[in-house]
Amino acid sequence: MHELAVAESVIAAINTQMPDSRVVVVHLEIGRLSGVMPDAVRFCFQLAGEGTCVEGARLDITEPDGTGDCASCGTSFTARGPLALCPCGSTDVTISGGADLTIKAVEVAGDV
Amino acid sequence: MCETCGCEGDTARLTTLPAPGHGHGHGHGHVVTLDQKVLARNDDLAGRNRAWLGERGIVALNMMSSPGSGKTTLLERTVADLSPDRPISVIEGDQETLLDAARLTAAGARTVQVNTGAGCHLDASMVAEALTALAPPDGSTVFIENVGNLVCPALFDLGERARVVLVSVTEGADKPLKYPHMFRGADILLLNKTDLLPHVDFDTEAFQDATHRLSPGLRILPISATNGDGLEAWYDWLADL
Repeated sequence: MHELAVAESVIAAINTQMPDSRVVVVHLEIGRLSGVMPDAVRFCFQLAGEGTCVEGARLDITEPDGTGDCASCGTSFTARGPLALCPCGSTDVTISGGADLTIKAVEVAGDV
Repeated sequence: MCETCGCEGDTARLTTLPAPGHGHGHGHGHVVTLDQKVLARNDDLAGRNRAWLGERGIVALNMMSSPGSGKTTLLERTVADLSPDRPISVIEGDQETLLDAARLTAAGARTVQVNTGAGCHLDASMVAEALTALAPPDGSTVFIENVGNLVCPALFDLGERARVVLVSVTEGADKPLKYPHMFRGADILLLNKTDLLPHVDFDTEAFQDATHRLSPGLRILPISATNGDGLEAWYDWLADL
């Protein structure tokens, strides 16, 4: 259900900023390590968007990876999941990034 | 849990979507850059809760676990043991019923029950409303017993001082690996129902390894809320907050 809360938060934030606009595309960033499933957000966005300024809008989602910093060998690598394993085999890894949920931008219809 | 949107861990859920883009057409207008955190409103409210609590010297703890791992039993015992010296109140989150609030009231805590209905987590606005109703005294402790769920509550800051995660030995040693977000965000991990260890197949070492793979250095306290084993360490930890 937290994807529903995420979708509702996206819609509320956009509605607050541009209540009179007709939004056609929403660019959303969902980090791969955020614990949020993009497909479920899409599903909820469609339902929760009915009757709001984003009704019928397309949801364009990008999924940035996180970065793992290995304490054993000192290298940094791309972390695509929360259980990141360094290429050297170590699990002593600190992960940064990849957990953010951000509304990057919206595209607004030109006729309003 | 959460059949509507499928937030059950990282396993893929197939969702058949209606055809996109009907209605408005695409990209004929202009782009407005927002760069805004999706949960900014919740985080803002959580920040206000934290400031409100901080001004009054109130320590709030966000208690999270699966259903049935012993949060309410632990709180009953904690209230009974500590409340003579330290005012304790409880915000009790459940989808339905007043059962847990009745238990904690009987144990001696002022309690407000939040029923989330279809919702599977508490958020900062629910906690703000509950704090207003509860009016905890200055310098007191507030336990926020979240809805039993190892997935959704991990995402929502409530304004707490610390996040306490419980696991019971009947749940299996692989819980941290299955629900990594919850364990990564924990400030302390309580391993409950240790009195049942002789009767269940629970690999304590594997549990510790899994936990520290996600959160190196996370403190694990073995306890039994039923017979009281390990609770002194829990009370010491609370006293140091």
